[in-house]
Amino acid sequence: MNWLLVACLLTPMLTAILAFLWSGSRTVKGAVSVGGAVLLSIFAGLLLWEVWINGPISAQMGGWEAPFGITLIADHLSAVLVLVAALVGVAVSIYALSDIDDERAKGGFDTFLQILLTGIVGAFLTGDLFNLYVWFEVMLISSFALIVLGGDKVQLDGAVKYVAINLVSTVILLTAIGLTYGLAGTLNMADLNSALAQHPEQELVTVVSMLFLIAFGIKAAVFPLYFWLPASYHTLPISIVAMFAALMTKVGVYALIRTFTLIFTPDGDLIAYIILVVALLTMVAGIIGAISHTNIRRILSYHIIGSIGFMLLGLGLGSPLAMAASIFYMIQGILVKALLFLIAGIIERRGNSSELSELGGLYRSAPGFSMLYLFAALALIGIPPLSGFWAKLMVLGAGLELQAWWVIGVVVLASLLTFIPLMRIWFEAFWKAAPEDHHSKAAATVLKASSTVSMLQLGPVLALSAVLLLIGLAPSFLIEVADRSAAEVLNVDAYLEVVLGTVATPDVELKP
Amino acid sequence: MEVLFGVLAGVLMAGGVWLILSRNLLRFLFGLVLISNVANLIIFASGGVTEGSPPLISKAGLLENAANSLPQALVLTAIVIGFGLVSFTLTLALRAWQSIGTTDVEKMCLSEQRSGASDEQGGVLSCEEFTRIERQVIADNHPTEEIAR
Repeated sequence: MNWLLVACLLTPMLTAILAFLWSGSRTVKGAVSVGGAVLLSIFAGLLLWEVWINGPISAQMGGWEAPFGITLIADHLSAVLVLVAALVGVAVSIYALSDIDDERAKGGFDTFLQILLTGIVGAFLTGDLFNLYVWFEVMLISSFALIVLGGDKVQLDGAVKYVAINLVSTVILLTAIGLTYGLAGTLNMADLNSALAQHPEQELVTVVSMLFLIAFGIKAAVFPLYFWLPASYHTLPISIVAMFAALMTKVGVYALIRTFTLIFTPDGDLIAYIILVVALLTMVAGIIGAISHTNIRRILSYHIIGSIGFMLLGLGLGSPLAMAASIFYMIQGILVKALLFLIAGIIERRGNSSELSELGGLYRSAPGFSMLYLFAALALIGIPPLSGFWAKLMVLGAGLELQAWWVIGVVVLASLLTFIPLMRIWFEAFWKAAPEDHHSKAAATVLKASSTVSMLQLGPVLALSAVLLLIGLAPSFLIEVADRSAAEVLNVDAYLEVVLGTVATPDVELKP
Repeated sequence: MEVLFGVLAGVLMAGGVWLILSRNLLRFLFGLVLISNVANLIIFASGGVTEGSPPLISKAGLLENAANSLPQALVLTAIVIGFGLVSFTLTLALRAWQSIGTTDVEKMCLSEQRSGASDEQGGVLSCEEFTRIERQVIADNHPTEEIAR
């Protein structure tokens, strides 16, 4: 079933080309994009199924054997992340049908969205360090294009910051890769595992690993390196920012997890300790940032940063349960973040503003929709039995298991503080009466806006909510996936065998 | 030969970082071009720099001292990608200059303007006003230090 790996990559790539060449209307291009994303979800589902049944699979591109050619590999972590990315792709491309204007569509929105998806899927599936860099570039270039698309002043201003800091991070990554090649003479991630562990000068290896930590840390928006994110994300159209918020930073987290379990296997605890402290600081800084803002988009942008901390905790603590908790948190965090940003888009449409002081009375005008927001917010906060609860339960369980009391303290504090900004959105935008001076304007826009909130926007929101509800009510499958991923990530023997092992991957047919 | 490359990379990196720390967007970009070339140099040198022997395999096997062709392939990829990124960024800088009217990154704070900041009348502060007030506060708190403009 190795073709599934290639199929997952080719689908968004070909969709992008098709959406570019199709000179049809906005709807046709959008439909191509939605179709491609649905097809990708099907392939990703099959991939996860295959990995679930038969364990990790790999494919050597061009028939060059492992350390020399480029390897594609899917273990549980990659497969489930590809599936989640594809689902977000479907939701966003449907939402974009009504959200993205004709000018942006003519500028190639659908094409760039699919190229972004290609880059994300490629980064999840590759088993080669230089190839990872190339996928990061694919992602980066398409995100640059999306971020300046139809750009007004504020958007361009945010774009300059986003582009500048990401280019610096890219250069650091490239330097680190060059130095790694100089140290080990190989760039295959499985091959690097033993090559770097046997390197006589471990100090050099540590220095290079720090370069990777900084480069991926900027991409993942961790504590001292996150300032580009709140400066740029809030200026974008909602379907673009939903895609970015859900997936871009998580690719950085994924790369960190891969790098620091597979390539650099630190015998000292120093790197793990640094990552742990960074994770906790990221958590707290993100939440405090969210509390300090009064604009829905900015509040949610800071929430992205806060949740990155939870996702890095597993890497810092290093136990299987902690890693499983982080992976579970990442999977449901991607979905809930996409959901919240799409909901924020609908709030903006209804209230004609994303400024809390100018919003209000949404519960009165749209009680059903308000319940959707409440559901998403409670899922993020982690109220049982919603998905975030299981994630936080696992994180706390991992902390208790290791008796890391101060970690538990910070996690509980950050979780409690998460409550404040999300409930403030609830009280300000939904619960309080529409503001006086905006009253007539708001009332007028509600009348106008409620007609523009179509099923194309509510549909993906409802679908994502349903998926999250399912995860919350029946978490055992996803917990099992997270457990298996954590086991594979922490014990890399299976990974090494699939990539380097002399045993060819058995070509088992797919069970119906 | 590798040592020479190392020194060159160090010098270029120092120059690049110095330019990047500048407040002018264009100088920042030149700095970026420099350090991305440093990355290319490092990749190139990491394969070992050899003189005049092609990376070819004869019937007798690999030539002695043959050049390692992999870093050359990698660096070629990196140069192409880097070129694309730099030309994109230059265009972006041009557009930003045309629409915002400055390349001083300190004055480019449209997107970072805090939504909560408002003047006494409750109106939202403009970018320049916000910077001015912030500087005034800093100057008031540190009366002896001269604030660099």
